[in-house]
Amino acid sequence: MMQPLDHVFRHESGRLVAALTRIFGMHNLQLAEDVTQDALCRALEVWKIQGLPDNPAAWLMSTAKRRALDVLRRERTARTYAPEVARALAEDADPAGAVEAIFGAVQDSELRMMFSCCHPRLAEEVRVALVLHILCGFSVGEIGAAFLTGEEAIKKRIARGKAVLAGSRRLFELTDRDFAERLSSVHRALYLLFNEGYHGASSEYAVRKELCDEAMRLGTLLCDNVLTAVPATFALLALMCLHAARLPARVDAAGDFTMLLEQDRERWDADLIADGQRLMDLSARGNEITAYHAEAAIASVHAAAKSAAETPWATIVSFYDTLMRIRPSPVVALNRALALAQCEGARRGLDEISRIADRDRLADYPFYFAALAELELRAGDPHAAREHFFKARELARSPMERRLLERRLADCTGISINGTRAINCA
Amino acid sequence: MAQFLFVYRRSHDQPALSPEQMQQNIPKWQAWFQELSAKDHLIERGNPLEHGGKLVRGSKKNVTDGPYAEKDLVMGFSLIEARDLDQATVLAAGCPALANEMSVEVRPVIQLRP
Repeated sequence: MMQPLDHVFRHESGRLVAALTRIFGMHNLQLAEDVTQDALCRALEVWKIQGLPDNPAAWLMSTAKRRALDVLRRERTARTYAPEVARALAEDADPAGAVEAIFGAVQDSELRMMFSCCHPRLAEEVRVALVLHILCGFSVGEIGAAFLTGEEAIKKRIARGKAVLAGSRRLFELTDRDFAERLSSVHRALYLLFNEGYHGASSEYAVRKELCDEAMRLGTLLCDNVLTAVPATFALLALMCLHAARLPARVDAAGDFTMLLEQDRERWDADLIADGQRLMDLSARGNEITAYHAEAAIASVHAAAKSAAETPWATIVSFYDTLMRIRPSPVVALNRALALAQCEGARRGLDEISRIADRDRLADYPFYFAALAELELRAGDPHAAREHFFKARELARSPMERRLLERRLADCTGISINGTRAINCA
Repeated sequence: MAQFLFVYRRSHDQPALSPEQMQQNIPKWQAWFQELSAKDHLIERGNPLEHGGKLVRGSKKNVTDGPYAEKDLVMGFSLIEARDLDQATVLAAGCPALANEMSVEVRPVIQLRP
């Protein structure tokens, strides 16, 4: 598990890079990163000998502030800086005031950096990598490990992203004309970041939890700013809370999965569920219903149900209908079919699956075959179920998925025909 | 009892530690200092030093910038109390810096006693 100090460093490095970028300018992102790194290393040198201070974050910030002023005074004319700092320097004024003001509004810088990372010219995977790297302090190796992607690929992704960012002088302004469009890109990036933790490739619980926590931390930042706290933001954070609440029951310490219907609901996080429900209320203010609203609604019904059997599946199906209207996808259709099977029987579920329009897009998705297998099993055809489980196991994307599917495959032999266990990808 | 200056040195060609490595070192250093302190060996934890600086040399008072000509860079120092040089050397052998290929120079402080 991570030490608390790790979190201090991760989060502070993101905040410091954002504030320093606001001072030095986006085109000097590398300098901001170097100064941050330097501040962290100096602090660590001192703490190694003197011990940790009570408030490491405050120490880091004042170290970074001093380093920023050193750079500005030493390289006064060697570089161009962000407009407000450049103005102070041009008037021959001391830049200390401007630096102090920017560090005083560090959350603002963090938020604007988030928007900058979601540049329209960048692919979604690059945006997510940038957010993780710049704002969450993840190293290239850590991002590679979390996404099961080689370090070289991540390095390229981040370099590509930074090259595009360097084209701007300043952090994104929340008052810019394309704010609304950017905001939905930011939502999407945080959604993908969360999903990487919740559904993604890593088999380490700690890594998954941390990705989910980071997405939620940045989501909270959006909820705390009046410009970004729109209903869709609340819905997004609601869905994150309601899903994260299930994480302790979903992945055990050994990294093994337990699917929704089998989870010990006692282990769901009641505080996160309460947060999620409160955010749901806030998300209901406008008249817009986003995919995040529909997903949060589904998660909220699950969260309120005492057991799988007591779940109002028809309500779940109706929210999946909404989701299919807003953001149709074969995975959503599959989950809808599984919910339908819960209220109308396994055969009905199998029928629905056979009617999924672009079913071929699920050909590499292990849980498509796992779903078929579970329903065949429940419909009384263990042979067909075995075939599907075999196929699913072949497609497993991680040892964790493989172990789950092998467990189910083993269950297939000698299982009662009316077995009630089921896989639900939701 | 005698006093010893522990001088922590790192070779120029030794790559700087990453923040992760440095972070992992903090508890080790704290444990080491705690043990020294518990056994009444710790006079002063000392301070880390900047890597750069100035060098003023000779009667001509020539001033040059650091880094310096020596092959080792002094990273920091502590003041330790021990029975004799042998014991101080044993204490130095417990320093976490050694695991990172740094060295600890143990220098007895000259103390005149009446």
